[in-house]
Amino acid sequence: MAEAALRTEGLSRSFGGLRAVADVSLACSSGAVHAVIGPNGAGKTTLINMLSGDLAPSGGRIELFGEDVTGLRPEQVSQRGVGRSYQKTNVFPGFSAFENCRLAAQSRLPSSMRFFRSAERYPEVNAAAERALEAAGLAARGGTPAAALSHGEQRQLEIAMTLATAPRVLLLDEPLAGMGAEESARMVALIRSLRTQHAILLVEHDMDAVFAVADVLTVMVNGAVLASGAPAQVRANPEVQHAYLGEEEGGDG
Amino acid sequence: MMGRQAARRALLAVLVIALALFPLVGAKFYLTYATKIMIMAIFAMSLDLLVGVTGLVSLGHALYFGAAGYALAMMDGPSLWWSLPASMALAALAALAIGALVLRASGIYFIMVTLAFAQMAYFFVRDSSYFGGSDGKYLNARPDASLFGWRALDLDSHLHRYYLALALALAVYVLLRRVLGSAFGRVLVGIRDNEARMRSLGFATFRYKLAAFVLAGALAGLAGYLTALQDGIMNPEQLGWNRSGEALVMVILGGMGTLAGPALGAGALMALELVFSTWTKHWQLLLGVFVIGVVLFMPRGLLARRKESGHG
Amino acid sequence: MDFATFLIQLLNGVQYGLLLFLIASGLTLIFGIMGVINLAHGSFYMIGAYLAFWLTGALGNFWLALLAGVALSVLLGVALEWLLVRHLYRRDHLYQVLLTYGLILVFEELRSILFGDDVHGVTVPSPFNFSLRLTDTLSYSVYRLAMSAICLALAAAMYWTIARTRLGMMIRAGSVNREMVQALGINVGLLYRLVFALGVALAAFAGMLAAPAASVFPGMGNQVLIVSFVVVVIGGLGSVRGALVAALLIGLADVFGQLAFPQLSGMTVYLVMAVVLLWRPRGLFGSA
Repeated sequence: MAEAALRTEGLSRSFGGLRAVADVSLACSSGAVHAVIGPNGAGKTTLINMLSGDLAPSGGRIELFGEDVTGLRPEQVSQRGVGRSYQKTNVFPGFSAFENCRLAAQSRLPSSMRFFRSAERYPEVNAAAERALEAAGLAARGGTPAAALSHGEQRQLEIAMTLATAPRVLLLDEPLAGMGAEESARMVALIRSLRTQHAILLVEHDMDAVFAVADVLTVMVNGAVLASGAPAQVRANPEVQHAYLGEEEGGDG
Repeated sequence: MMGRQAARRALLAVLVIALALFPLVGAKFYLTYATKIMIMAIFAMSLDLLVGVTGLVSLGHALYFGAAGYALAMMDGPSLWWSLPASMALAALAALAIGALVLRASGIYFIMVTLAFAQMAYFFVRDSSYFGGSDGKYLNARPDASLFGWRALDLDSHLHRYYLALALALAVYVLLRRVLGSAFGRVLVGIRDNEARMRSLGFATFRYKLAAFVLAGALAGLAGYLTALQDGIMNPEQLGWNRSGEALVMVILGGMGTLAGPALGAGALMALELVFSTWTKHWQLLLGVFVIGVVLFMPRGLLARRKESGHG
Repeated sequence: MDFATFLIQLLNGVQYGLLLFLIASGLTLIFGIMGVINLAHGSFYMIGAYLAFWLTGALGNFWLALLAGVALSVLLGVALEWLLVRHLYRRDHLYQVLLTYGLILVFEELRSILFGDDVHGVTVPSPFNFSLRLTDTLSYSVYRLAMSAICLALAAAMYWTIARTRLGMMIRAGSVNREMVQALGINVGLLYRLVFALGVALAAFAGMLAAPAASVFPGMGNQVLIVSFVVVVIGGLGSVRGALVAALLIGLADVFGQLAFPQLSGMTVYLVMAVVLLWRPRGLFGSA
């Protein structure tokens, strides 16, 4: 496996007395999908919030391509090549899908302190936005106002915006949330296609999707890592079955 | 989209031509009042950049208005050509210093703190004999607008001041329109709609908010400078909170985030004030009732933006 | 500075601070529980002062006027909440600012119509209408001491109400989580109306109390509003305890600031605010 793109060591976060994330160490490598699963309240979103800089860790360390990025602000983390999609769709409703991506791509200009030249006249920004839309399967919907897109398309746009910032690491927070079967299949295919170019950390509840795309699987319970490894191995782990998979997958096997 | 833009340009052209021809028919009183309206339109547009475009509700915008106005009042008949940029620069500098502080707060804190700093300046000026105290400071002479000995503009003429205000209001509108369509303007709209998302996309939003604050402050300074020039006097009320509150009413009344709306809102509000004040000396009572009515019954303003829309 | 002067200034600062607390606590509660920024809060202070002026004249006794004034201001609060303020819940702060700004204009003009634009005074009521002699030249008004005592008693009563009563429980729950209050089956509409009326009554009471010690004049409400904002910002929005600490801090900063830097007289409180803002942008007792 390639060198780790994103690595955490003993990452922790408490709220008041409550330890939401306790001593989590994991690694994501380029070209691989690292899925993090766990029951509600396991600390998955808190983990992602720390990785993206939205939340400062109370302990531990985050490394990005060997650089210590612990406690950096979200914009600093983003500028270092981490793209994040949100669980709750977070697109700009008044902008078209293309404009959403263009705004995102604009963040890679040396500065957006450009007061006079029209935002439409940056060929490199437009090209990056086009590529991102294309990659996310929205090329045909560029002119549609984001608010008029279907829920599934908005989720795709969420990822397209992230891609427009040319990230090397992707943090995907429940990209399949609220999707129908067909939309889910499309999203799984999208994540798979992104794997070749990115290191992906995926938090997801949909077990079929997780097992379809994950190269590495980490199970979190009560803020701590219960098991981590190849998906088949983790699935076979009796503790995991007892604590988590057992309940949901009980019917299957 | 092109249709709307063309219509907007046509309307703007009609308005500008009408205003340019107005001196042919308008009496001096109305010309002077129209001059004041256009100056306040500049002020309202500058506030719209903060409130409507960036989503920063400042209740202390009069501070920058007053700073530039007093800057002119303290000078002794300077040349327009350097005193105007210098006064605006002073307002921008004040906005930079205060913005760096108040932008650390957000939401309701931001509203309170902007107001508090403006009142600090108000009390400072009002209690200082150097600035003429509560009576205000008279201009010794109006600025001199001659350029290389050529006196194209006579600022003692109310007609010339009218056209100066018209030209500058138009310039500010065009400038801000341009800014709105720029990369910078897009970032501001993004911050208004969802600042957290902008940060996770990699924008250091504080910097952009501060830049907007400084730009708005400089343009408010332009309006303040012109007010001192127009009235020949600057008094503490010009940086008091009524001035700031009135500008907010103009922005809402016209429709925030639209630029043209707040400019029209300035005209509508001041026309209303004029009408009310001919009815009764307690016209502020009617104004207050009107403002409450706007909030309750017409919150989206005259030129309402489509819900949560961008600008196009 | 000799000790007597220092003592007088200290008492003045504490008295001013306690008065500010009455106003700021209502402001901070109305924000914390109802999520409303109320610019007209200073007007209630002014209304209180003018009520004291009018009712003392009409009833012939300041203390009777105080009682009647409190009753009237509670009624005013209930009416305003029912008529206007309840339309502001869940709306953008911008509209709250505008509507309450409109209210200020209305109140100021009504004041001008009813009482004119002159400065009025209210006689210091018995039994506190005498002064304590500290030295040959310095004395201190007993009424001001009584003001501080009354404010302190009210602060204690508020503390007890918030800490011990069912209403206080609702207030505490409401300032932490507005949705939770609904989930607890509390009548939110009634709670809001009570809190707003309480805030109005506190500010008006402060105005009535201050009337005999200072003068009753146009614009007095706005002046006190801004300082109350400073208090709320420093104390932390929604925190009554923060409001008390900050109000005392500001009261003392104002009094001693005027002594130490007379040329910056009105500005010291804002400088204190700037420092706090740099150090803790959410106030001393604000939640992070």
